Amino acid sequence: MAEVMAMETASRLGIDLSNVDWDSIHLPPGEDCGILSDDEDLNEGDPLEFDGGFSNIVVVDNIPIVPTEKFEKLEGVVRKISSQMGVIKEEGLWIPIDPASQKTLGYCFIEFNTPQEAELAKEKLHNYKLDRAHIWAVNMFDDIEKFMNVPDEWAPPETKPYVPGENLQHWLTDEKARDQFVIRSGSDTEVLWNDARHLKPDPVYKRQFWTESFVQWSPLGTYLATVHRQGAAVWGGASFNRLMRYSHPQVKLIDFSPGERFLVTYSSHEPSNPRDTHRVVLNIFDVRTGKVMRDFKGSADEFAVGGAVSGVSWPVFRWGGGKEDKYFARIGKSVISVYETDTFTLIDKKSIKVENVMDISWSPTDPILALFVPELGGGNQPARVSLIQIPGKEELRQKNLFSVSDCKMYWQSSGEYLAVKVDRYTKTKKSTYTGFELFRIKERDIPIEVLELENKNDKIIAFAWEPKGHRFAVIHGDSPKPDISFYSMRSTHNSGRVSKLTTLKGKQANALYWSPAGRFILLAGLKGFNGQLEFYNVDELETMATSEHFMATDIEWDPTGRYVATSVTSVHEMENGFNIWSFNGKLLYRILKDHFFQFLWRPRPPSFLSPEKEEEIAKNLKKYSKKYEAEDQDVSLLLSEQDREKRKMLKEEWERWVLEWKRFHEEEKSDRQWLRDGEASDEEEEYEAKEVEVEEFLDVSEEVLFDFGQE
Amino acid sequence: MRPILMKGHERPLTFLKYNRDGDLLFSCAKDLSPTVWFADNGERLGTYRGHNGAVWCCDVSRDSMLLITGSADQTAKLWNVQTGAQLFTFNFDSPTRAVDFGVGDKLAVITTDPFMELPSAIHIKRISRDPSEQTGDSVLTLKGPQGRINRAVWGPLNKTIISAGEDAVIRIWDSETGKLLKESDKEIGHKKTITSLSKSADGSHFLTGSLDKSAKLWDTRSLSLIKTYVTERPVNAVAMSPLLDHVVLGGGQDASAVTTTDHRAGKFEAKFYDKVLQEEIGGVKVFQVAVKMAMSGCIISTKTTSISGFNSTVAMEV
Repeated sequence: MAEVMAMETASRLGIDLSNVDWDSIHLPPGEDCGILSDDEDLNEGDPLEFDGGFSNIVVVDNIPIVPTEKFEKLEGVVRKISSQMGVIKEEGLWIPIDPASQKTLGYCFIEFNTPQEAELAKEKLHNYKLDRAHIWAVNMFDDIEKFMNVPDEWAPPETKPYVPGENLQHWLTDEKARDQFVIRSGSDTEVLWNDARHLKPDPVYKRQFWTESFVQWSPLGTYLATVHRQGAAVWGGASFNRLMRYSHPQVKLIDFSPGERFLVTYSSHEPSNPRDTHRVVLNIFDVRTGKVMRDFKGSADEFAVGGAVSGVSWPVFRWGGGKEDKYFARIGKSVISVYETDTFTLIDKKSIKVENVMDISWSPTDPILALFVPELGGGNQPARVSLIQIPGKEELRQKNLFSVSDCKMYWQSSGEYLAVKVDRYTKTKKSTYTGFELFRIKERDIPIEVLELENKNDKIIAFAWEPKGHRFAVIHGDSPKPDISFYSMRSTHNSGRVSKLTTLKGKQANALYWSPAGRFILLAGLKGFNGQLEFYNVDELETMATSEHFMATDIEWDPTGRYVATSVTSVHEMENGFNIWSFNGKLLYRILKDHFFQFLWRPRPPSFLSPEKEEEIAKNLKKYSKKYEAEDQDVSLLLSEQDREKRKMLKEEWERWVLEWKRFHEEEKSDRQWLRDGEASDEEEEYEAKEVEVEEFLDVSEEVLFDFGQE
Repeated sequence: MRPILMKGHERPLTFLKYNRDGDLLFSCAKDLSPTVWFADNGERLGTYRGHNGAVWCCDVSRDSMLLITGSADQTAKLWNVQTGAQLFTFNFDSPTRAVDFGVGDKLAVITTDPFMELPSAIHIKRISRDPSEQTGDSVLTLKGPQGRINRAVWGPLNKTIISAGEDAVIRIWDSETGKLLKESDKEIGHKKTITSLSKSADGSHFLTGSLDKSAKLWDTRSLSLIKTYVTERPVNAVAMSPLLDHVVLGGGQDASAVTTTDHRAGKFEAKFYDKVLQEEIGGVKVFQVAVKMAMSGCIISTKTTSISGFNSTVAMEV
């Protein structure tokens, strides 16, 4: 239509359309002739990247205004200062001169070799004090347009009418109290209900190419985050609408704060020239408003953890202080930088200096930071683990450790205990052995206890605290079949000592998965053990079930501890998909998906029930469960009924088909006989197996032995 | 279930076939000698010597008198089942892959592989009752499908020929004119190489197994899809029970990949499905590779190949 109309208009105006060079026609910016572009949605909010190559040019304002005689000197100074930031292109420095006054205009342009260098110059030279009167203002050339568009007069911002948002907690209102999960396979990303009663997943939302690399739930389950070239986005509510976008080109990794108030995004920009620094960019967004709260830019080395190692360990920022998202910390070379989220600045405006700090770890609930410093000066200064209270920065407790090779810290989920796994050198320094230092955080003076395994040479394969509990499990041993021990921080005899509950000998396991509700643990043999599973009840110290999900790579409990998902992801070629098990090891259903990448349960926010109330419910479980059991039974009756119906239908359909075919078969009977030289051969297809019983009497003889009655 | 182990072949098995009565089992292997066994006790009756290459396929006539075998030595041979005597040799220019007797055993279809720039082909030969009158002339030769034709069988009344192979398409040809009558739908059909094809006892439907991890049941006349059986692995062989509504799928990876993975990784399992309900009924774990199967009565035979070079046929009662 549009084409026809255009041609009519053209002929009226006397223009030959075939001679028009379409590429030379440029519409004024913003003019779309009323034709809406389809990709509006894609481009909106993305910073446009100019092909023109202005991104390596900066504009420097507030340089001295000098007459032509001094021009060379000025140029020399500017060049000297700015060339520290990078290589200035040949004729890349231009200081314009006012033709009227023959003086410089007080600004200049500098063209660097790469945009990265320009970026660096903008960062480092902005506010550079040349002298008291000349403080440089450095801006990217590409930003000029942005500044030009700033209106001269301030207009009060429009107050937008309040639009009630979607209920982001909608999934928690499910009548059947089911849990959701997200899976990614091939190009599809799907959110599903785990309908364990019906033994199948129930689809919620499905979308192709939803994300470009991975998806991630926020820690309380409110949002689902997707990652794209232009940045990250979060989705939520009943219909999985997009709630917010966070622009961050080439974002690689994302991390939510535990209370899901903030989102950290990370990208790394490998230099094209290996001599240039490898730069990383981190942005911290407010999840709800989408505003950048703070950005961090620098070379990758600055963000490398624990000193010399190159490369960034994720997450760079560790969130502390529980669900309030009050603090986050970053470890640097001999410093720990702790920021607070009210102002997004360092606490007390300075980092904590700790010589050679290797590792830090927040308490999951309290603003307490545990840190590990290795041995210094060839063993003259012992290694130490210390606990620091934030924001006061006072040391709560410290423990010196000798001949240490490595330390790992494990917090119990409610912040009551801290276990430090310490690898120590033996006397010969040729091998190491492992022990544990157990801190009781909530007790007075934080007592420390040392735990050593019975066989000191055992390697520790895995360690895990019972969530919210006081027990932990350790897999240890050198043999192909290691042992698993359970310990309790409380014991009936003397409450202040850790005690061993039991040791399971020779298990095919190398990973521990506690139920989020505690009490049950899944002992898994992944990788080399090919997916051995053992469901273990720690209260009763007995195995509930053993099973196998062949080649399983990932295991995750649902947030309520009712179900476990084991999955085989695309690291293996075959058998991709997932299994859903009940907590006691019964296989509920099995879904196969080729190219299976991710399985993630949707987390739940913590329960509003008080611990007392929870205990009461646990005690009177029989009373509460009655209602649900009745429902379960109804469902299973309905299911078997449906199943029967379906089977009947299929059978009937088949019978019909067979009957139809038999008719044809009958019609062709004579032809077939002719083909078989007249052999009446159709009977064989309907032959009957008759069972013929033949009884054969071999010999019958009657003998009268005695006749008692006659005497 | 009582398995009978039949040891005799020195190289991997390629094909198994029961005779109509179900008392004889014919096995083909990559060694040169097709072998016949008593089905009920696994005793070896004899071998058919004369081929000079791997034997890919065989078929036995309705009266169990005549055996036809196709081999990589570019021949197909007719044998006297009873005496083991070679009756006739059909010579081709490329290895023969599949053989099948038509209704009445007076016609046979033989497929040849693509070889030295020769395309794959389907040949129809007339079989004489009297071996002395047998000639090697083809009644008809069909060409067209890309890649290897893994299986070709006769349709009802010898009017059609059904072929399937590497191009994942099932074709029905007119056996008199050589015209292509039907092709399986790309959408609903197999997505990868079809490895095996097996007709029902009455010829009304047939089952195809494919590397796309599924097996499909088709109507012989209309080529309409009746059922699909989905499994976790590439299907290497399929069979249907002549008595019960059961189908068996044999799967796993290629024999060449066996040595590189855990024997369970390939999960060489024979899986039983309910033909009508499409539900899995059970499975038999086979020691190494289950590739070829034939089913007669309540007995299935699975072919096993092990990496140690020990090859055996296992017959199992279900």
